[in-house]
Amino acid sequence: MSELSERLAPVSEIREKKALPVRPDPETAPRPDLREELFELEARGELIVQRVPEPYVEVTTKFGRVKKVPVDHLWHHKSCGQCGHIPGYTTSILWLNRQFGIDYHDPTDQTSCTGWNYYASATSNAAAQILVMCRNFAAAYETGYYPLIHCGTSYGHYKELREQLVHHADLRDQVRRVLDKLGKPLVVPEEIVHYSEWVHVMRHRVAERQVVDMSNVTACVHPACHYYKIVAEDAIYDPDIYGGQRTATVTALLQALGINVADYSTWFDCCGFGFRHILVQRDFTRSFAVLRKIEVMRDEVNPDMTVTHDTGCVTTLDKSQFAAKAHKRRVGVPVLADSQVAALAMGAHPFRVLQLHWHSTDWRPLLEKLGIDWERHWQEFEEDLAAIERGEKPGLTWEDAERPAIAR
Amino acid sequence: MSATWSPAKAGRTYAEVPEEEKRRLFEEVVADPRYEDFLYGCYECGICVSVCPSARFYDFSPRVIAQALSREDVDRFYEILMEDIWNCAQCFSCVRCPRGNNPGGLVTLIREVAVRHGLEQAQEALQGYSRVIYKIMLKGNQVSPDMLQPDFFPDWGPWVREFSQHMHTWRKAIPVDTLRSVTDAAWRTDDRTLRELYTIWFETGNMEIIREVDEGLYELLVEIMEEELEARA
Ligand code: SF4
Ligand code: SF4
Repeated sequence: MSELSERLAPVSEIREKKALPVRPDPETAPRPDLREELFELEARGELIVQRVPEPYVEVTTKFGRVKKVPVDHLWHHKSCGQCGHIPGYTTSILWLNRQFGIDYHDPTDQTSCTGWNYYASATSNAAAQILVMCRNFAAAYETGYYPLIHCGTSYGHYKELREQLVHHADLRDQVRRVLDKLGKPLVVPEEIVHYSEWVHVMRHRVAERQVVDMSNVTACVHPACHYYKIVAEDAIYDPDIYGGQRTATVTALLQALGINVADYSTWFDCCGFGFRHILVQRDFTRSFAVLRKIEVMRDEVNPDMTVTHDTGCVTTLDKSQFAAKAHKRRVGVPVLADSQVAALAMGAHPFRVLQLHWHSTDWRPLLEKLGIDWERHWQEFEEDLAAIERGEKPGLTWEDAERPAIAR
Repeated sequence: MSATWSPAKAGRTYAEVPEEEKRRLFEEVVADPRYEDFLYGCYECGICVSVCPSARFYDFSPRVIAQALSREDVDRFYEILMEDIWNCAQCFSCVRCPRGNNPGGLVTLIREVAVRHGLEQAQEALQGYSRVIYKIMLKGNQVSPDMLQPDFFPDWGPWVREFSQHMHTWRKAIPVDTLRSVTDAAWRTDDRTLRELYTIWFETGNMEIIREVDEGLYELLVEIMEEELEARA
């Protein structure tokens, strides 16, 4: 044995060490805690930090730091892609809030983050983007509710913009000048919280009220890039989920619901959304979504569904499958958001709440496997539609959708 | 295939473009206050390339971008500006970089310069995108149900046709108050909120950026926004 190999640890030892769950020490975190810098700016009178209201749940993030996730008093920062094209995504989030008696505010004083456009076209600049964010934050602060960000891109974008705001005094001055003009204070929330983090901390309460047995279902998880890659240290990690090597969000919920989460080799790949590509250059989007995600899942684990937690990912993975089917590609995996899976587990109506008719890839086999009589529920929904068309009903309300439609 | 790439352009070196012009645009990228947070040099390790979706499908490399900028190679920078940037999917998988770089962020900065100067390539890459800019600037939403038209999304299958036939009824059949019946935006937004948004666009020079991309669209937007702001004043 050479001198060098004597000094090196045996491979078996390295393997054993690598198999141990990752429990990072926040003291050795490679980047400073931005929240501390925020509080310093507040102490200097530069801005207001909106505190996470009680009750909240403490979770650990990538570097082992603690993040407070508020449970109640939520200001729903909606997502334009969800509300515009997959409204069952938003409806499910709010339905869950209502089921748990959460005090929430669904604002009309909200714009989207406009980040999708920025990432697609660059027809904006840093100051405008920070101001759009701060205008929304100020609007939330004025109501006394705490912002819960529905879109993964808004969440990632806001984390990055918050960092730019904290690190560049000139940007802060410019932002404050325009906010003054709008009569708004410069407010930044203590934590930027994604809705899937709220679902994550509520997962055991969801499981307690689960009426649909999901133990015969296999799911693949697509973790959303803008959730855990942009400002990575804010995403939730848990040593019990993937040994703390990947974000725990979504996977922990599915496991709590008894779903078999199956791993696949391209889990780190993005979905192919591309921001500009999904709108004007979809050949890239379709090819990537099918060849690098859906087909890999089909070939490696053949899941009953794919679950993700962002607007673009649900859109891309769901809508890209139709054209690929015509090319005889191995597709046909229904795509749901975690909020929809949680709501379905608690018996939400597949159409009044999950609004599955807005999804393009066939979800019927999944519902059948779960023992849900989708035809009966579709008939109920068609009656709603007919009543709306006859002018007997102006539209559906929570009164129509609130009560769980599926019994144990 | 990239909208900005064509066999005629392949291998172009833009030798005819004066060095000073290339350097001037390069310096504009470097002058962005975010630049120093996005680039710390480059190991040439290729980790960013291995996770980059666009590198898989296009002649595109985040490593080359980090390299060209680190070395201040303005000729290569100019090729990137003219041909590469619109291929990036802005997923930020590349922030896995062990050097702490953000190649996707560098692409954003270069795109901003391309747009600010109204470069032909930027206009080409954003062809067909104007209606989205119109929506985002006026409504504060990127997409809305009425954009789901079969001729725009033929590859999404018969679902889009079915949807567009039933849009108004389906939209009424959503129990969320802020979404119900809304078809020209993602949700119902207060007029005051939109006026505040327009003020942001004007105060930050954002409208001037739109002018560089599409003069006609700019004029239309300014007319609508100013009318709204003046009516209130
Ligand atoms: S952000 Fe752009 S350069 Fe980075 S990995 Fe994604 S596509 Fe590649
Ligand atoms: S990962 Fe970072 S250091 Fe490695 S090639 Fe890419 S930019 Fe350079």
